[in-house]
Amino acid sequence: MTLAHRLTALVLFSLALFANPAQAVQVTDDQGTVLKLARAPQRIVSLLPSLTETVCALGQCQRLVGVDRYSNFPESVKKLPQVGGGMDPNIEAIVALHPDVVLAALSSRWAQRLTALGIPVFALEPKTQADVQRAVGKLALLLEVPDGQKLWRDIDAGVIAAAQSLPPNVRGTKVYFEVNRGPYGAGEASFIGEILTRLGVQNILPAKLGPFPLINPELVVRENPDLIMVGESNLESMEQRPGWSRIRAIRERHICVFTSAQSDVLVRPGPRMAESARIMAQCLADKAPTAKATPQ
Amino acid sequence: MNATRTGWLLWLALLVCAAMAVLGLCIGSAGFENTVGLLLGEHTPAIERAMAQQIVWDIRLPRTVGALAAGALLGLAGALAQGLFRNPLADPYLLGSASGASLGVALALASMGGGAGMVGGSMMSEGGAAISVFSSSIWVRLGLTGAAFAGAVFAVMLTLSLARGVQHTLRLLLAGVIVGVVLGAVTSLVLLFSPDSLQAMQSFLLGSTSFIGWASYVLMAVVWLMCVVAPWALERVLDGLSLGEATALSLGLPIGPLRAALVAVLALATGTAVAQTGLIAFVGLAAPHLVRALVKVPHRQLMWLASAMGAVLLGGADLLARWLIAPQELPVGVLTAVLGGLYLLWLMHRGGGALGGRKP
Repeated sequence: MTLAHRLTALVLFSLALFANPAQAVQVTDDQGTVLKLARAPQRIVSLLPSLTETVCALGQCQRLVGVDRYSNFPESVKKLPQVGGGMDPNIEAIVALHPDVVLAALSSRWAQRLTALGIPVFALEPKTQADVQRAVGKLALLLEVPDGQKLWRDIDAGVIAAAQSLPPNVRGTKVYFEVNRGPYGAGEASFIGEILTRLGVQNILPAKLGPFPLINPELVVRENPDLIMVGESNLESMEQRPGWSRIRAIRERHICVFTSAQSDVLVRPGPRMAESARIMAQCLADKAPTAKATPQ
Repeated sequence: MNATRTGWLLWLALLVCAAMAVLGLCIGSAGFENTVGLLLGEHTPAIERAMAQQIVWDIRLPRTVGALAAGALLGLAGALAQGLFRNPLADPYLLGSASGASLGVALALASMGGGAGMVGGSMMSEGGAAISVFSSSIWVRLGLTGAAFAGAVFAVMLTLSLARGVQHTLRLLLAGVIVGVVLGAVTSLVLLFSPDSLQAMQSFLLGSTSFIGWASYVLMAVVWLMCVVAPWALERVLDGLSLGEATALSLGLPIGPLRAALVAVLALATGTAVAQTGLIAFVGLAAPHLVRALVKVPHRQLMWLASAMGAVLLGGADLLARWLIAPQELPVGVLTAVLGGLYLLWLMHRGGGALGGRKP
């Protein structure tokens, strides 16, 4: 062993003595990458709106130093520097913020660039309720927030409460949720579909079609839903689509049109899941055909 | 002998179209089902009969014949383009006309209240007119067709002025490609500043036959009739052109104005198809080649045959799009490319020379 080697070994040894191993954070992300940090990250850049919301819901909003251009909740993150979108982030702007960690969706092509520049990337992509629970848990570990599962329990309780608030005769209402005029609908396997199922309504798109299938518009006519949910930016003259004027929901005008702020809540698998359930429950209580028949 | 073969081919294509029209009535979200039997059967319960009637009459029939009409328009436009420019690579999208048409539609959407699908009021309010790319109101259809046509004409004019006229084929092709790319970029820019139109345009850019209603079909059928008559009158020019410009001029053909007229017809056919179905690739390019690989015909007959072949291609793609993974759908543009492309490849592999078409 040369002198240089000995010196190096000595330096490493003393470093190991000074670093307190109990303080180190070690969490595995959804891609299986093990992230080891000397201490919980204090400067965070989030490139996915649902992760931004989760960090804030864990009470750690002040640690965010930058977000993607789609993160718009809570209000305070709108003041943070924007570093592009999740698909096309501005690497330079991220590096300039000196983050301890970057939160991003899975399989982001640019993640390697950031890692090479010495900025760790923590990849999570919540798509279902189970994913949300896992993401909350992992972020709580990473940020060293005690009892992260309390947040999850609160969210879950909110969904249950929303489901219980519904009049029993609304259960079983046949619903079609259109996400895009392709037409793409929200199937039972999607995050939206999971909440609809928990509200006790019947989705016309079964789980086997996948989360957001491109469907034959004829299917909606054939299934004849009682209620249609659609975002205002996808709102279209549904009445004028060939054959659609005879669908019960359209004939009797049982249609919920969500504002874009509401749509943000509905389509993001994150901590506002309970609010999402409340929005859809409100829609059902207002517009479901059976709800109207109920004498107040 | 050639004449009989041409006749056979036309009849065969029409027969296939008719078969597809009947098949189109039976294929939908439930896969294949015998709807015809359900409609004609005496023991069908009234409710089921009403449902079948509605689905067949309001949805499947206009969609099927609409896909055939759009395919016919694209095939016709393809034959025109290849004849006009004496280039086997020419297709209706070549002169930038498709990019121009989609720019027209994007601008129309962005100006009409963001293409969010509505102008004023809630969707269900009586006064609120709703506008979308695939709306089936005849006025919306006409408006969007107009926008697409205007865009297509603008693009063609731009191409022609860049190429300094139509005399130089190579320069024309190059200018067409450039205009196509630039207008495509402008479309993206318009959509970037009008994010609400983005989703409306998305299905448009991929091409879709899902929402073709009777209004779209009638519009396309009328335009197709108009377009197929014009080249009929001008076929001498096209056939003359196929011998080379010098020959055509020496034959005493008034090339300039007639060529301009044909370009207008090309833009009209493309614009109409694009406004109803979005950008469906490959039909216009493949249909005339498929015809020429099978028979050698003068242009008057090529117009008919290419129309029929285009109808077969797009009609078949539409059927497969709704059948293969029903009740889900495949993007119809993907299927046209796969169908037409595989067949062209096979022809190339087998024949070699047959595909060259007219060599310039």
